[in-house]
Amino acid sequence: MLTANRLLDGEVVYWQGGDWQPDFAAAEIFDEAEAAKAALDAAQAFVRDNKVVGTYLFEVRKEANRVAPVKEREIIRSLGPSVRRDMGKQALMPAPPAAAKPVRETSPPYPPPYPEEPDVSI
Amino acid sequence: MYRYDEFDAKMVRERAQQFRYQVERRIKGELTEDEFKPLRLKNGLYLQLHSYMLRVAVPYGTLSARQMRQLARIARDYSRGYGHFTTRTNMQYHWPKLSEVPDILELLADVEMHCIQTSGNCVRNVTADHFAGAVAGELEDPRPICEIIRQWSSFHPEFNYLPRKFKIAVSATKEDRAAVKYHDIGMEVIRNEAGETGYRVFVGGGMGRTPYVALEIGKFVGKEDILAYLEAILRVYNEYGRRDNIHKARVKILAHQLGADEFRRQVEVEFAEIKRHGTLHLPPEELKRIEAYFAPPAFEDLPETAPEFEAAVKADAGFAAWTKSNLTPHKAKGYAIATISLKTIGQTPGDASAEQMDGLAQIMEDFGFAEIRVSHEQNLVFPHVRKKDLPAVYARLQALDLGAANAGLITDIICCPGLDYCDLANARSIPVAMKLQERFADLERQHELGEIKIKMSGCINACGHHHAGHIGILGVDKKGVEFYQIQLGGSGAEDASVGEIMGPGFGKDEIVDAVERVVETYVSLRAPGERLLETYRRVGMTPFKNAAYQEQMYAAY
Repeated sequence: MLTANRLLDGEVVYWQGGDWQPDFAAAEIFDEAEAAKAALDAAQAFVRDNKVVGTYLFEVRKEANRVAPVKEREIIRSLGPSVRRDMGKQALMPAPPAAAKPVRETSPPYPPPYPEEPDVSI
Repeated sequence: MYRYDEFDAKMVRERAQQFRYQVERRIKGELTEDEFKPLRLKNGLYLQLHSYMLRVAVPYGTLSARQMRQLARIARDYSRGYGHFTTRTNMQYHWPKLSEVPDILELLADVEMHCIQTSGNCVRNVTADHFAGAVAGELEDPRPICEIIRQWSSFHPEFNYLPRKFKIAVSATKEDRAAVKYHDIGMEVIRNEAGETGYRVFVGGGMGRTPYVALEIGKFVGKEDILAYLEAILRVYNEYGRRDNIHKARVKILAHQLGADEFRRQVEVEFAEIKRHGTLHLPPEELKRIEAYFAPPAFEDLPETAPEFEAAVKADAGFAAWTKSNLTPHKAKGYAIATISLKTIGQTPGDASAEQMDGLAQIMEDFGFAEIRVSHEQNLVFPHVRKKDLPAVYARLQALDLGAANAGLITDIICCPGLDYCDLANARSIPVAMKLQERFADLERQHELGEIKIKMSGCINACGHHHAGHIGILGVDKKGVEFYQIQLGGSGAEDASVGEIMGPGFGKDEIVDAVERVVETYVSLRAPGERLLETYRRVGMTPFKNAAYQEQMYAAY
C-alpha cells in the first residue's frame, strides 16, 4: 500500500485510484512492485501540489477476509494510539464487542502474532 | 515568577507572527516541505504518526495558574482535550492542525510562553530541580541562573546551527533531582572555601545510543563568569563537534573522546579569550534583578505540624500513604512540598486532561499557590503548601484523579510516548508501563518495595531515560514485532550510573512477568534498608538475570 500524511492536519492517508483518502480498508493493494512504484511516482504530483508529505510504500498481509499491515507501526497508524481508542481512525470505527478494556490487548481488527514468513504484498 | 520585559514580549510576539507568515507560505506552496521543516522544528512543531505534535517550553518547569489554564484551553480547543508532560519538563500536544499552530503560539505569548528552541540543533529549554526554592538544604534557587541562561541562549546567533541539540540542567542541592550528569551541560550550585557561591560544571552526559555520565570540567566557576564559561564550552563544541555523523554529533562524543583534561584545556583557552573582551561578564545588579522575580512567598510563622494534618493522617489511610510517598520536607516550618503524581493507574504516564489542568489551576487560586512545577519524572509539584491545608488539597487532587500515592515508587514510571504516537519509536512503551502499573497496583506492596525507578523508552533515543532507570526498559523492533530489553543499575541522581543490559529482549506478553521476577529477586536478596539499586550494586546482574530468564530457559528444553 501507499501512504502519506496530509499537509494541513497530518492525517494519515492512503492511495486509492489516483487520489488520497483516509480509510485503510479502502486503500489500494499492489501485488506487483512495478505497479506500486508507478503509484509512488504518480503520488509525487500531490507532494508538489502541497497536499501531502512523506509518501512511502509499506507491506501488508492478505488474510481470509481482511488485509493487515505487517509492521506494528502501520497497524497503529491505520487505527490511532492503542492506549487511546477514542482517538484517531479507530474512534470512527464500530466498537468491537468487548470494548470495556482501556488498553488494547492485541491490535484489532488485526490478530497478532505474525507468522515468521508472511505472505507479503505492498 | 519571572515576568517578561518588553524585549521578551516583543521577541515572542514577533516569532509567532513570523511563523504565521511561514505557515501561510507553506500552505500556498511558496515553501516546499524541505524548506519549511527546519522552520517548523525551530518552533517545536513535529509531524508524527497520526498528526502534528507541538512542543511547548516550560522554562525550568515553572508555571503559574494563569499559564496552566491557558495550557488547558489549548488542549481543549486545539488538541483533543489532553496534553503530555515530558522528561524535559515541556508540554506536548498531539493533533493540532498546521493552520492553527500560529493561533496557539499567540495564545502562549498571551501568557508569556512559547515553543522557541524546543526542537532543532540549538540550546533547548533549560531545566532545574523541581523542588527549587522550597527544599531544605538548598544553597540557592537555581532558577534565576536558568532564566539568565534562557535569555543568553534564545536566538544566540552563534549557536543556532550546532552539530546537534544541546540540553542544560541546573541543581542546587547535594541530592540531584535534575539528572545533571545526564545532560550536555549539568550545573551544580556549590560554595567554595571562601564562602562564595558558584557552579560545578559537568559536560558530556547523555543517553541515546551512546550513554555517558558527564565529565567534571569546571570545578568551580564564579557566578559572574558562568555565561562566559558556558559560551566557551559551546564554542569548543560548535567548532569541533562532529557534523558528518548524526550518531556522533552530541557533545558527549567529543568530550569523552578528548577526555576531561583536554576538553577542559580547550574550554579554558576560549574562556580566557571571552573574559579578555569582558562582554559576557554577568553584572551583579542584573543577577539581583532576575533573582527578585524568584523570591519565595512570605512564609507564615507556623508550628512544625498542624492538628488538621495529624488528624487526617490518623483518619484516612489513603491520605497517610500519600503523605509518606508524595510529601518532601520544606525549608520553612509548617510547610511541605507536595508531588502530584501523573501516574494514576490506568492513565498514560505524564498525560493530563484539560479538566485536570483547569482543576489544578483552581486549586492554586483557591489556596494562593503562585506556582506549580513540572518534574523531569513527569509529575507536577506544589512547592509551598501549608501543612494544615494538605488534607483539603489532597481531597481536591483525589477528585481530579490525581491523588495517587506513588511518587518515587515502582508505579511512578517515566515513559516516552513510544510507537503509539512517535515517528521515531520502534515499539510501544505506554501499554507496557500501564501493565506494569496494574501488576504492582497494590499500594501496600509498592510502599513495602520502596524506591524503585522504572524508566522506559520505545527506542534507542532514550526519551524515557531507560539508561538511568534502576530498572530500565527499552523497546526494540524485531521484524515488525515489539520486544523489550531490561537494563539494571542505572541512576540519574547524584549517584549517576548507566544501567547494564541484561540480555535479549522479552516479548510484550513476557516483559511484565520478567520485571516482577527481578523485583522478587530483590526482595529475597535485600539487606535491611537497601533499595533495589543498592542490592543490584552489591550482588551484580547474575541472580537477577537467572530469575528473569528462568521461564525462557525451561521453555528452551
